[in-house]
Amino acid sequence: MKPAPFDYYRPGSLAEALEPLAELGPAAQVLAGGQSLAAMLNMRLARPELLVDIGRLDELSGIKLAAGQVEVHAAATQAQLERWPALARHLPLVAQAMPHVGHPQTRARGTVCGSIAHADPSSELPLSLLTLGGSVTLLSRRGERQLPASEFFKGVLTTAREPDELLGAVRFPAARRGSGFAFREIAPRHGDFAIVAIAAVTTADSIRIGVGGVCDTPVCRDWPRLDGSALDDALNALAWELGGYNDLHATARYRRELIRRAGRQAIGEAETWLT
Amino acid sequence: MAAASGDDGTRDGGLLGRAPPRIEDKALLTGRGRFADDLAMSAATAEAGVLRSPHPHAEILAVDARAAEAMDGVYAVLTGADVAAWSEPFIVGLRQPMRHWCLAVERARYVGEPVAVVVARDRYLAEDAAEAVRVQYRPLAAVVEPLAALAADAPVLHPEVGANLVHDRSFRYGEPEEAFARAPHRLAVEVDYPRNACTPIEGFVVTAEDRGDDGYEVTANFQGPYTLHPVMARALKVPGNRLRLKTPPDSGGSFGVKQAVFPCIVAMALAARKAGRPVRWVEDRLEHLSAATSATNRWIRLEAAVEADGRISALDWDQVEDCGAYLRAPEPATLYRMHGNLTGAYDIRHVRCRNRVVLSNKTPSGLNRGFGGPQLYFALERLLQRIARDLGLDPLQVIRRNLVPTSAFPYRTASGSLLDSGDYEGAVDRAVAEGGLRELRQRRAAARAEGRLYGIGLAAVVEPSISNMGYITSLLTPQERARAGPKDGAIATASVSVDPSGAVGVSTASVPQGQGHRTVLAQVVAERLGLAIDEVAVTAEHDTAKDAWSIASGNYSSRFAGAVAGAAEIAATRLRERLARAAAAALNLPPERLAFGGSRIFDGANPENGLAFRRVAGLFHWSPGSVAGAGDAGLRETAQWNLPELAPPDEADRINSSGAYGFVFDFCGVEIDRTTGQVRVDKYVTMHDAGRLLHPAMADGQVLGGFAHGLGAALYERLAYDTDGNFLSGSFADYLVPGIDEVPLPIILHQETPSPFTPLGAKGIGEGNAMSTPVCLANAVADALDVDDVALPMTSAKLAASIHGPEPDAPGAGAVEATGSELAGQGRVLVAAPVHEVWTVLVVPELLAQAVSGCESIVPVAANAYRGEASFGVGPVRGRFSAEVRFDEIEPLHRLAMSGTASGPLGDAQGSGTVRLTPTDGGTEVDYDYRVRIGGKVAAIGGRMLEGAAKSLTAEFFRRLSRLAAVPPPEMPEDFREPWWHGLLRLFGWKQ
Repeated sequence: MKPAPFDYYRPGSLAEALEPLAELGPAAQVLAGGQSLAAMLNMRLARPELLVDIGRLDELSGIKLAAGQVEVHAAATQAQLERWPALARHLPLVAQAMPHVGHPQTRARGTVCGSIAHADPSSELPLSLLTLGGSVTLLSRRGERQLPASEFFKGVLTTAREPDELLGAVRFPAARRGSGFAFREIAPRHGDFAIVAIAAVTTADSIRIGVGGVCDTPVCRDWPRLDGSALDDALNALAWELGGYNDLHATARYRRELIRRAGRQAIGEAETWLT
Repeated sequence: MAAASGDDGTRDGGLLGRAPPRIEDKALLTGRGRFADDLAMSAATAEAGVLRSPHPHAEILAVDARAAEAMDGVYAVLTGADVAAWSEPFIVGLRQPMRHWCLAVERARYVGEPVAVVVARDRYLAEDAAEAVRVQYRPLAAVVEPLAALAADAPVLHPEVGANLVHDRSFRYGEPEEAFARAPHRLAVEVDYPRNACTPIEGFVVTAEDRGDDGYEVTANFQGPYTLHPVMARALKVPGNRLRLKTPPDSGGSFGVKQAVFPCIVAMALAARKAGRPVRWVEDRLEHLSAATSATNRWIRLEAAVEADGRISALDWDQVEDCGAYLRAPEPATLYRMHGNLTGAYDIRHVRCRNRVVLSNKTPSGLNRGFGGPQLYFALERLLQRIARDLGLDPLQVIRRNLVPTSAFPYRTASGSLLDSGDYEGAVDRAVAEGGLRELRQRRAAARAEGRLYGIGLAAVVEPSISNMGYITSLLTPQERARAGPKDGAIATASVSVDPSGAVGVSTASVPQGQGHRTVLAQVVAERLGLAIDEVAVTAEHDTAKDAWSIASGNYSSRFAGAVAGAAEIAATRLRERLARAAAAALNLPPERLAFGGSRIFDGANPENGLAFRRVAGLFHWSPGSVAGAGDAGLRETAQWNLPELAPPDEADRINSSGAYGFVFDFCGVEIDRTTGQVRVDKYVTMHDAGRLLHPAMADGQVLGGFAHGLGAALYERLAYDTDGNFLSGSFADYLVPGIDEVPLPIILHQETPSPFTPLGAKGIGEGNAMSTPVCLANAVADALDVDDVALPMTSAKLAASIHGPEPDAPGAGAVEATGSELAGQGRVLVAAPVHEVWTVLVVPELLAQAVSGCESIVPVAANAYRGEASFGVGPVRGRFSAEVRFDEIEPLHRLAMSGTASGPLGDAQGSGTVRLTPTDGGTEVDYDYRVRIGGKVAAIGGRMLEGAAKSLTAEFFRRLSRLAAVPPPEMPEDFREPWWHGLLRLFGWKQ
């Protein structure tokens, strides 16, 4: 469990950080908090030639509220977002999800953008970003582009980020009056990868449900306001559509069952915000 | 922690049974522990990395280490050939022609089996070089489950043994047939106890040096038993005094596990020999989980003859023990450790037992907290609950009626254990009253009235400690035993010395695993000699070349309090008697009038008349002539204590398998979440009788630790293999150990019935909950769900299946669920190119190479068979693979089947699939399906993502295929003008 040889580079500026990404492409890997990457390096699952450590770039630090969006920059840690005083007011869904993101020790170093760029299908932050209709900012020597989260997650650990791009920031739309939020996660132990995670956002006439841990990426669906058996039917159809898979800790059947049952609970909980 | 140490030392008799602060903790809490990995080493020491088999079962055709050895900074690569030349196979507990070497020789039999040791300047380089060692394997079919291993057509692990069944003995005590014939009820349970292990924080650490004529010198965190020292010496072909083994003073936990470091000690000694320099190896977590050791998994069918009132008159055991790929010493001891306790805490006189041992393609088993108890009691205590359930009786009453009566101690069990002391009925009654079983039953009733799933479980177990070295010979017939010579006893060794200034030192042949040896030994000796606890210094490290030891030395079978502390008590008592005689002469008093206390030796009737302890002690060094009447010169006593009750098995195969027997009675209440199936332990009560408690706070610590391990085994932990033998739980993301959030605090109760056989009346306490807690929780879950059977670990997904009922139908038709241990998928893509273009890409290797992302080379090896190198993965996960692919069932322009293998440092895969082409408007419809089995590292640590990864790689292949087929192939270079495959294409109807 020692990594294969690699070079380490700590750029002094954003421009310096983008340089090697453009030069080396996938052979260069961005290092932020390292809470996923360092383990993969040690296991030799990932063998980049160069690590570009962006963790200390001032240009990429900070969390700010602008134009109804909470913008989290690439070097901001999960702990910083967790402790951001306005989190519960502006991002109540993320505030509920945050305790499930690993453990306090990993949140102290792990970054928000790192988790989203890593695109683990069970992760809470990609699910939250998708369900809230957030977006990502991709930076490269070629310029900057914005992508909605719905176009960013492509597969297991796979995103629309091009090899020369750096995930510079993510934007979560701030909560608006008249919406309810609930996050529910079922994992073998607290802090484990989710077997199923549900994010629910409801308004007086709509339901948005996000599901993590079941497919290659988090998935999200919009429904009109439903209740009773209509909601059960919608959840059942979603459960079967997503299918689920078997692994060491759970069966596909169990995952579908949790979409139906925990999904129903989460939607119900989000709806209590509306009353 | 109770009293301050200053007070404790001032009174004679005031230390034992109290809880002074642990002497160990200051260093441990300030980062000054001295663990195996902290010890100073020679500057010449090199680091080792181990290359391990990714295959569950494979012939090793060739190992080529030349490229690795040529790397700068690599000193040596030890392979099976060296091992076969320089060492002997390990002695095997059964007389079987099985050859178990410290590295795989000719054949690998489990995932993670060491194949080569690379010695290099540092560990990073050693791991780089390990990747450069080329091993040619021929994979063989594997067998994983114990009953499957018994099948006539099962793959055989050791051809020289001829079968996977390596031991089969039946035992009969009393008149079981008559009892079963008479009984009004016969009830049985069948259980599959899974594999788990106690996973200490610190893994194995070995530093080894070859000192030529002086032999090998090793420092390792080996825990014993020292029966394995001669096993190692013999494997290394040296006498015992040429294998010097030193152990470090601190341990990051062991729980039995560090017994299994011994084959690694031999491997590293040989690696040091080959490298010509000291070698250090520090095991990592992946190595530990996949290849260190494990408790045995066991299939058990247990039947009872039962009276109408729930009394059991006879038991019939059928056990199939799975020891993994080799019978590694001291296995099959796990199966026989409990042999005298087949009747548990119960007065049952008639027993039948069949014991079988099988081998399978899994890591060899070994010592692990509970050692045979968890498996045995899971069956026995599940059976007690089933008897209550099936006969409509109160489970508490079924236990109570069967307990060994208090008046019967010492009690000889049907299979030979001499239960030294106890009051099981009293302990149960006290636990029920003080733990609040009645209130818990009210709580259950209230919860159930609200529709909640709430259950109560109970379990009673006898906790053996101080193993009899002779129990393992129960696996031999009486005739075989007579030929082999007797084996018995449980020698414990301790030395106590007093220096010229009266300072006291203690050392024992017991290797600490974090239990507080230094504190308890200081308590015992200080109390005996009337000193303060801090006047006694205890050395925890051990050195086979300098310290006293014997065959049973080490720290296992919960022998510390009963045996080792007892030996220290005997040594201190001898010194006390000699000091008393010397002081008596000086004070002109009869020795029996002397008392020890306050660091003085004085007249008990007139405390003013006395001498400082150090004055009397000094005489033995400065003036031995003046104390000639008080025994030998100097002041050092080494006690080698044994228990005469530990005899070899008798003619009737009765064996007193342990020296002392504690008692544990647990009950608990659990609630199961109807939505998620998750278990919440609402209340847990555990009552212990471990004889006299030497340090009650540490006794509670042992109970908590055993409880956490038991809870882990019950709810979370499993060393998982797929049906092909691939290992699936290689990280703590998949081998789930409960953390502080998951382990509730149990209510701990004690009763103290001293053992008449141990010097201090103490018995073991560290293993009881590892035995009682899994089954107690299982009984509660079975009660909550109202089911007959529950299987460990009781994961939420498993329990949910019995809560959720039939699944709602899918809307519409066509939802198919993919299941099974292999990854399978199917799909359809539309390619905007005519069929023959698509077909061309598939069958022309140069084009196919472009369709496989990261393909670096492809060469034909036979008709329709290719070999290639590719580097691919998902996201940042990338690996290099050597692949072989062959095409079969070729129907030109229509369909082909392909199969192949890929292997690389990340793992290996075997797969097959079919591709069908159908012309459509504007292109070709490509239908495909595939099945892949994945092994090695990615299977062990990436299980969660494999299905998604396989899907994404397949999608990528077809994306590229579409792109390639849709554009005309680029201009061919000159030498491609008429390549070999054109003939093949024409055969399929291709026209240029």
